[in-house]
Amino acid sequence: MNVNALIPTVDWRALAPFTIVVCTGIVALIIEMLRPRRNNNLVVGVSLFGLLVAGWSLFGMLGGPSDESFAGMILNDRFGQILQLVMVGSCAVCFLFSEPYLREKRIPFAEFYPLALWSTAGGMLMVSSKHLLMVFLGLELLSISLYCLAGMSRYESKSEESALKYFLLGSFASAFLLMGIAFIYGETASLHLGRISEVLGAASASPLSTIGAAMVLVGLGFKLALVPFHQWTPDVYQGAPTNVTAFMAAVSKVAALGALVRFLWAIGTLDTVWFPLMWWVAVATMTVGNLAALVQNDVKRTLGYSSIAHAGYLLVGVLAAFSAPGRVSLDATAFYLISYAAMTIGAFAVISLTASGQHEGTRFYDVRGLWKRAPWAAGCLVVFLCSLIGIPITSGFFGKLLIFQAAFDAGLPALAVLLAVNSAISTYYYLGIIQAAFVTEEGAVAPRFGKPSASLNLACAVCLAGVLGAGLFAGPLIRGMGTAEVGPPVGVPVQDPLTIHTKNTSD
Amino acid sequence: MGLVNDVPLQWFLALSLYMFVLGAIGVMVRRNPVVMFMCIELMLNAVNLTFLAFARYQPSGALASGDVPTAMAGQMMVIFVMAVAAAEVAVGLGIITAIFRLKNRADADDLGSLRG
Repeated sequence: MNVNALIPTVDWRALAPFTIVVCTGIVALIIEMLRPRRNNNLVVGVSLFGLLVAGWSLFGMLGGPSDESFAGMILNDRFGQILQLVMVGSCAVCFLFSEPYLREKRIPFAEFYPLALWSTAGGMLMVSSKHLLMVFLGLELLSISLYCLAGMSRYESKSEESALKYFLLGSFASAFLLMGIAFIYGETASLHLGRISEVLGAASASPLSTIGAAMVLVGLGFKLALVPFHQWTPDVYQGAPTNVTAFMAAVSKVAALGALVRFLWAIGTLDTVWFPLMWWVAVATMTVGNLAALVQNDVKRTLGYSSIAHAGYLLVGVLAAFSAPGRVSLDATAFYLISYAAMTIGAFAVISLTASGQHEGTRFYDVRGLWKRAPWAAGCLVVFLCSLIGIPITSGFFGKLLIFQAAFDAGLPALAVLLAVNSAISTYYYLGIIQAAFVTEEGAVAPRFGKPSASLNLACAVCLAGVLGAGLFAGPLIRGMGTAEVGPPVGVPVQDPLTIHTKNTSD
Repeated sequence: MGLVNDVPLQWFLALSLYMFVLGAIGVMVRRNPVVMFMCIELMLNAVNLTFLAFARYQPSGALASGDVPTAMAGQMMVIFVMAVAAAEVAVGLGIITAIFRLKNRADADDLGSLRG
């Protein structure tokens, strides 16, 4: 046997963005060790430069045809590239406002930058692979870095507590993911999603592959914070340092969604089993997230529940694309991810201003009078929250509109209506945050805020540009997306389970 | 060698399923984070056993046809799972130590300050 034939040719171009991000992380760590113990400016600068180069190389690849390299382990397609760009951008914006926040909270942990870079690299790997081994490795790289980051504020017991919860539940979920992969491997003798799709398509659904697929969906659903695997989300979002929360909310959600889309594509032929299940999961995720957010009194916790609801909206977009392949594409979902990343990071960036000295309070009560202290940031917060609600001209509105339309086109009217109802419900708690920030403090001790730094204002400006820009140029952006080829190769158009259900009851 | 070949696949799967369920119950029942984490490790070992059993009993002709990446996927996965589990141990014990330093005890029932 010719050994050389077994070694795939190395396609460095396909690996470039990923390699750049990982190497930047290594360089940043070395600089962090060597630097004089005064500031992290050089580390931040190098990290931002690396992300810029990675983003540029991704941008250059956007036009190219989709191909696979490394024996199918690396997949280069439009959908993956867009998601990778979103992650690289999110990471860069988080870095912009992290330094003033870390200084304000006296967290002497410059390892934040390399760890966040590696976490981003893990997420990028998850969305750009068709091989379950790579998906698993990407997920673990993303998660293990995040476990460290969630607990990086070592003097705060809530930070450590959130890290431990995230760690225990996260590794519990990965065990399920792995067992699922093992079952699918046992059924199909392959870890490559294309091959799995072929084998599953050729035979009828066996219990082994069905249980395996369900377990993988549990693992991915945990990362994406789908109900009923969402319980960790509010705790971790509240306990983790705010810059980490922003990073986690954007990057890990984008990565998990990308991996979920790839996996659902592979098990497309089992859709009679998973489609009704995911349909109900989408309903539960939207509703539970929004209803639970109504009764919170902590801004970060509220945004945590709201991120659960947004995961539900995203799932609606994905289900629409899968139930009407060819007619409905994933463009709406990809667009929603872009706007979701911009508005969520922006909101958390503004909330990070509540850190003053070592003290940080994030209850509604603690953001009173924010507009006086930081008018620019408070103004941006209003736009981000309006976008999260889905008020016109912001990208959040167009994102929801597109997903709503996609759900209708795909014949899932019940999901579309539930999405609209849930958006209406969410108005209440988002307006509550705005109201809190614009209330003038009366009598009681005024909350303290950190000084809004130039880099924080810049981060807000970037997110603002993202939210408004994506809103104003929604048309060209959608037309340029071109994610149509990701859609499932096979699959019978599935009926809306609710319509089936109501038909049965009326009989 | 001959001894292993005589054991049918179902036995391996039954053992690994038993380990997996035992681990899952352990995570849910026990309250000490270290023990909970040991249970998760047990689940990962069950996964490894499943992978190896399936890889050993795969009737595929992939190896004969020279498609080594496919034929060796199961064994390859096990190596990666072990490496990742080791990384998780390092991070997990670090987090548990940090909590212990802060509170002088580590128990999942004490982790109640984040709630709502």
